[in-house]
Amino acid sequence: MDLLAIWLGKLTLVALRVVGRRATALPGLVVEKAFPGFLTRRLTRLAQGVVVVSGTNGKTTTTKMVATILGQRYRVLTNDTGGNFVRGTITAVLEDCSWRGRSTADVAVFELDEAHAVRFCQVYPPQRLLLLNVLRDQLDRFGEIDTTAHILSKVARATTGHVVLNRDDPRLVQIAERLSGGVSLDGSDGGVSGEGSDGGLSGASPGPVVSYFGVAHELRAQFPTDEELYGGAVGYSDLPTTAELLSVHLALTTEMKLRIAQTVEDISLRAEGAHNAQNAAAAAALALTFGLDADTIAGGLRSVEPAFGRGQSFDVSGRRIVLQLVKNPAGFRLSLRTIDGLSPAAIVIAINDDYADGRDMSWLWDVDFAPVSRDEAAWLVTSGTRAADMALRLHYDGIAANLVERDLAAAVTHASLHVKAGDTVVVFSTYTAMWELHQVLEKLSTRPAPNSRAAT
Amino acid sequence: MTDGLVLVHLYPREMNIYGDTGNVLVLRRRLEWRGLAVTVVPVSIGDDLPTDADILLGGGGQDAAQGDIGHDFVGKGATLRAMADDGVVMLAICGSYQLLGHEFLTKDGDHIAGVGVLDVVTRGSDTRLIGNNRVDTEWGRLLGFENHSGLTELGGAASPLGRTAIGCGNNGSDQTEGAQRHNVFGTYLHGPVLAKSPGFADELIHRAFARKAKTVDLEPLDDTLALAAAEVAAGRPR
Repeated sequence: MDLLAIWLGKLTLVALRVVGRRATALPGLVVEKAFPGFLTRRLTRLAQGVVVVSGTNGKTTTTKMVATILGQRYRVLTNDTGGNFVRGTITAVLEDCSWRGRSTADVAVFELDEAHAVRFCQVYPPQRLLLLNVLRDQLDRFGEIDTTAHILSKVARATTGHVVLNRDDPRLVQIAERLSGGVSLDGSDGGVSGEGSDGGLSGASPGPVVSYFGVAHELRAQFPTDEELYGGAVGYSDLPTTAELLSVHLALTTEMKLRIAQTVEDISLRAEGAHNAQNAAAAAALALTFGLDADTIAGGLRSVEPAFGRGQSFDVSGRRIVLQLVKNPAGFRLSLRTIDGLSPAAIVIAINDDYADGRDMSWLWDVDFAPVSRDEAAWLVTSGTRAADMALRLHYDGIAANLVERDLAAAVTHASLHVKAGDTVVVFSTYTAMWELHQVLEKLSTRPAPNSRAAT
Repeated sequence: MTDGLVLVHLYPREMNIYGDTGNVLVLRRRLEWRGLAVTVVPVSIGDDLPTDADILLGGGGQDAAQGDIGHDFVGKGATLRAMADDGVVMLAICGSYQLLGHEFLTKDGDHIAGVGVLDVVTRGSDTRLIGNNRVDTEWGRLLGFENHSGLTELGGAASPLGRTAIGCGNNGSDQTEGAQRHNVFGTYLHGPVLAKSPGFADELIHRAFARKAKTVDLEPLDDTLALAAAEVAAGRPR
């Protein structure tokens, strides 16, 4: 029966690729409808179980980090192309196995959208869960932030082994208060630490064990919650962390000091931005639950390529074009800080308002664009369906866009023609605009920049 | 402040997740660009309302935050009613709009008291009304985004701000959106509403000066971008 499902799914995959379509969802959707038990049966076979990564910001990059670290020891199955609904995980399973249904995978690492994480747990309760943050995002879908936190709390309670949480996010810490498995100080725990255990499936477990990742108090103000954005006091948590970001310096790469268990590691990350340094702490804390040592974890992090559109760079006739996904106020603010390190000669901000981007433009008004105005030398373009909204927003921060060009390809072409060889162009883009820009940039780029072989 | 305006930003820390803080920025800039003085005074839980306020602005927040500020807001009720009677201009969005009414009746049957500045009553519902909205008013078309589960009914002493062209508006059934009484305006439009509706923004400024018996000629501003953004927004799906 699984063989039928696999053939159906794989044939759909092949058919989509023949016609040149992106195939992250449909094969999974077809199999999900025709063979509802397929995913559960396949995942139960994984010796090291399933890791789910969820939260508002950083899911794709962190999933990639976790998969890369674990890939040094295990065969990893992952949905790293951004298909983060349940069907995306089925597509990943289909891609991983052979036409005869064979798979050598030991562990699955799945990024899941918050709402789909709940649906996934009904199909397969994961052994491990990593929750990054709960921030204002897609309120047109979820209504309000507390609703999202409530959804993630359900996912945490369904997790059988180990839950890794951001101690600096009060909404996530509240979730821990409802879990009874205790707090781990070194990332390990008898039930799920790997070899020889049943991955927490015995059912006798008192609930998942919790461990935390975090950032040092000195860095805490750089990672504000939505409440803190508007002058709420910065909350400092003293919960014990298994992985903690101690310092971060933004230059061409992201230089960071990360404490992993008891060891302090210097790591140079290829993904741009302080937020990715925080994601690295999250991935390290999760990897510790597999009993990996600090050196192995740090080695994995050093080799992680930027995920699709998350600080990826392209070389267009000698100009370096850096693509940064932005989708909500907190993420946009953190991404804007990369301007200081990159000193771009031009900046493109591309805002679409399709369903996957969020239809509501209000969020642009909760972003402080001061970093853009400090960089007066940069030539500024707004683009995407809501190019005019973005230009209007900047206008009210006293910043004049040099060009308002709704067409994405034209905007990026103008920007790269405007700057000299050797210059950097930073492109901030919402989700659907990023897919198009990625294609445009792949076409324009003569050769990949050193760190751009990522994804697709 | 003799020749400028005092803007009061109500509960900036608690009621801020839907971009309505942008309304404060829009009014502030439109005054500054014309060389008119402006002071923004944030008022949070426990703070007194300034006596020289010309315009009060309040935004939407989480349902929980609305509970947190509810008590404090009701405590300011007598002052707010006196200010409204005195012609102080108010623009209240979403949660703040609901609290300016008589009460909010939650789904569970709890009565959350409002301050009764506007003759409206809101009832909680199970469905959330979410989407782009266009509202025709006497100050032109307002463009914004609604996201609320409360359904608001207007009493006899309040008139609707306008009629919805594509959205759900106050309650999803009578096509009204928002409420007005003299210089007090309530609406569900986020966006923020004043950004893409510069005519309405200037109407609020105009009313604030008129109340102080000041004749201030508001120089026209270059609103090309606002009008372009409004035109795009008007063409987007709900």
